[in-house]
Amino acid sequence: MSQSIYVKMHNNEAMDLADIPDVAFGEFKNELLSSVASGGRIVLLSGVPVEVMAGKEEEINGSAIRLVCVIAWDEEGMMKVSSTRVGKTYPSFTPDCPQAHLFEREIWEQWNIVPEGHPWLKPVRFHAPYRIANPKATPEIGNMDFFQLHGDEVHEVAVGPVHAGVIEPGHFRFQCHGENVYHLEISLGYQHRGIERAMINAANKKRVMHYAETMAGDSTIAHSLACAQIIEALKSVAVNPRALSLRGIALELERLANHTGDLGALSGDVGFLPTASYCGRIRGDFLNMSALLCGSRFGRGMTVPGGVAFNVDEKRVLLLLERLADACNDVSGAIGLLFGAPSVMTRFENTGRISRQVCLDFGMVGVAARACGIRRDARSDFSSGIYNFVHIPAMVWESGDVFARAFVRWLEIQQSIEFIKSQLSLLSEGEIAVDTHEPQAGGKAVISLIEGWRGEVCHFAITGKDGNFIYYKVVDPSFHNWAGLAMALRGQQISDFPLCNKSFNLSYCGHDL
Amino acid sequence: MLEILKTRIRQKHRTIAFPRELPVMPDRFRGFPLLTPGKCPGACDKCADACPSGACMADEHGNIKIDMGKCIFCGKCSSICRSGAVSFTNDYRLASSKRENCITSSANLPDLALPLPANLLKLYKRSFKIRVVSAGGCNACESDVNVLSTIVYDIGRFGIQYVASPRHADALLVIGPVTGNMELALEKTYKAIADPKIVIAVGACAISGGLFAGRSDECHGASAVVPVDYYIPGCPPHPVTILDGLLRILHKIDGNEPERGRLYS
Repeated sequence: MSQSIYVKMHNNEAMDLADIPDVAFGEFKNELLSSVASGGRIVLLSGVPVEVMAGKEEEINGSAIRLVCVIAWDEEGMMKVSSTRVGKTYPSFTPDCPQAHLFEREIWEQWNIVPEGHPWLKPVRFHAPYRIANPKATPEIGNMDFFQLHGDEVHEVAVGPVHAGVIEPGHFRFQCHGENVYHLEISLGYQHRGIERAMINAANKKRVMHYAETMAGDSTIAHSLACAQIIEALKSVAVNPRALSLRGIALELERLANHTGDLGALSGDVGFLPTASYCGRIRGDFLNMSALLCGSRFGRGMTVPGGVAFNVDEKRVLLLLERLADACNDVSGAIGLLFGAPSVMTRFENTGRISRQVCLDFGMVGVAARACGIRRDARSDFSSGIYNFVHIPAMVWESGDVFARAFVRWLEIQQSIEFIKSQLSLLSEGEIAVDTHEPQAGGKAVISLIEGWRGEVCHFAITGKDGNFIYYKVVDPSFHNWAGLAMALRGQQISDFPLCNKSFNLSYCGHDL
Repeated sequence: MLEILKTRIRQKHRTIAFPRELPVMPDRFRGFPLLTPGKCPGACDKCADACPSGACMADEHGNIKIDMGKCIFCGKCSSICRSGAVSFTNDYRLASSKRENCITSSANLPDLALPLPANLLKLYKRSFKIRVVSAGGCNACESDVNVLSTIVYDIGRFGIQYVASPRHADALLVIGPVTGNMELALEKTYKAIADPKIVIAVGACAISGGLFAGRSDECHGASAVVPVDYYIPGCPPHPVTILDGLLRILHKIDGNEPERGRLYS
C-alpha cells in the first residue's frame, strides 16, 4: 500500500485537516478498489466542500467537492483516510466495488455530483441538494423507476410507507411470481429530518448531544457515545474509568433490550407465542434497568461529553445485579423454548439466507455480518472506552439465514449479561464526569466508531477554525445493511418477508437521518 | 409441551394492576415538572438558557413556564437551577386535551385530558382501535407505544388495539415531527379513517416538532397536517404515561386524583 495516498486515521483521535491527503482521482480510485479487493471495507465515502476541508466556516455555493474516503481493515484494527477533488461528474466506483453504491447515491443527492456509470442511480432520502435554496429541487418521495419484472403471472407488491405494524415508514417493492420473490427494492427517506445539517447549524449548539441521542432512538447510547467521543477527542479530555464502565454498562443494556425484543418479535412472526410474550416483557425489564441508571428507558441523558451524568451507589448496584440475574433466568427460559421448538427452527433455518460473499461485497456490518461468519465487531476491532480494557470476542455463526441472525443475538445476550455483571462488580472509584470547558480544537477531523446493537455506528466530524462543527457525517449500521435485506428476500416466499425484515431489524431513521 | 407449561409457570403473571394501583416508577424518572412559585428569584434565565428545545421560559418576576409539548424531559433546567424552582417529579400523568394545557407554570397547573364526549364514548369505550403512524419519529416513541400491547401493559384488556388498516381504525396516533416526506402519507391515512375519528399526538416531536421544529417548511408536528384532539408529552413518554392518556380518553380513570406533581406524596 502506497504510503502517501491513504494515511492512517485512528478511532477517536483528532487529526489535522491538512494531514488528510488530497490526491489525484486516478490514484484515489485505484487505491480504493485495491484496498477493498484485499479485504478492506468502506466505512465512509462522502462529499465535503473544499472550503470545509480547509476548515472554513462559511460554505460557498457552487464550490468544488472533495470525496473523502475512510477504509477499515477490521482484522488489523486499522483505518486509512484519503480524499480527492471531483468536478460535476466522476467515473463511478460501484461497478467495480458494490460497497460504494449507496454512498455514491448519497453524494449525488447531497451535492449534485453524478457518478457516471452507477448501475442504479436514484435518490436515497429524497431531499433537495445542499446549498440550493430552491424548494422545487426537492424530489417527490418514492417517485422513481423501480426495477421491474415483466411476464405472465408476474405481479408487483408495494408495501409502505405506512406499514401494518407500529413501525417506522419505508417503502418495499416486491417483484413476485406467485409466492416467490424475485427481487425486493427498498426505498426510504420518509424519516429524513435533516440531522446532519442541524448538527453544524450554529443555532443548534445546545442540541448537539440531543440530536445525537435521537439519530436512531433505540440506539441512543451508541450514537451519543460516538458524538461524545468526538467531542472528547477534540477537547483532549480523558474519561475516568468509572464513567467508562458505566458507559459500557449502558451500551450493553441497550444491546440486551433490543436483542431480546428482536427475538420476541421473531417468535411472534412464526406464531410461537410463549417466547413472543415473555421476551416482550423481558425487553421491558432491560429497559427499566437503563431507567434505573438514568431515569430514561432509552438512556436519554446518560451520556455527556466527559463521562456520564448518573452515578450508582452500592444499593443501586445490588439492585441492578439482582434484576440482571432475574432477567437472565427469564430470558434463558424463554429462548430455550424458542430454539427447542421444531416448528420454529423449520421457519428460521434456510430462510432469508445471504451468502458470505454478498455480505463482503456490500460491506455489511454488525449482527447481519456476524451471522454470515464474518468476524467483525467494533468493540474488538476498533475498541474504545471500556472495550480497551475488556476483550469482547465477536460472536459468529456461519449459515447467514434467519436462524443465524437470531442465534448471534442470543450469543450476544449471554455475553452482554456477563459483561455487565463483571463491570458492576469491578467499578473503580472516581468522578463520573470530567470538566469539558476547553474549546474544541479547530481545523481537525475526527472519526468515532462504536458497535451499536445493530452494528457499527460511525460519526465523522470536521471543525472550523474556532472549533465548531462545520461538517458532521453519520453512517448508521443500517446504511450498510439495507442492501442485505433486499438480497435476503431473493428466492424467498413473500410471506417470509416480516420474518426476514425482523431478523435484520434495521433502522429507518438511522438511515434517513 | 411440558417444557412450555413449566416455563409459563416460571414466567408468572406480569400484567401491572394499573389503573387499579399506582405503577412503580423508576426513582430517577423525569415526569411532570413541578414549578414551585416563590422559589425562582427572577431575572436569572439559567433554566431557559440551558433548555435545548425552547420549552422552558422564565420572566423577570420569577414566573417559570414549561411547555411540555416542546419539552424533551432532559432535566437540564432542573439540574442548573440553584433555587430548586424546577423539579421533575415521578408523576407520569401528562396527557391533555388542549394544546395550551401542555403548558405548566409556577402560577397555574393545567388540566389533565378530559374524556371523549358522550356520543363518542358510547362507541369507543369498550372497543377502541388505533392506527399508529410514525412520521419521522426516532423509534423511541414507536417502541413505547408498541410495548403497550405486550403483557406488562396489555391494552387488549381495555378493548384497545392497534390495527393495520385505517379503515378499521377509530383513532389516528401520530408519532414524529411529520417530515416533509411523510406529509402526504399521514394526510392520506387520516382521510382513510372513517368518521367519527380522533387524533392523538404522542411525544414532543408530534406535538410541536420537538428538536426538529424550525426546519423551513416541515417538522412542525402533527397539527400542521391533521387536527389533533389529544396530546401526550414526553421524549419518549413512558408507556404508563401513554396508557394513562389512552385510559383518560376512554373515561377509564376516575376523577378523584391527587394534584399534578403530587401523585406519590
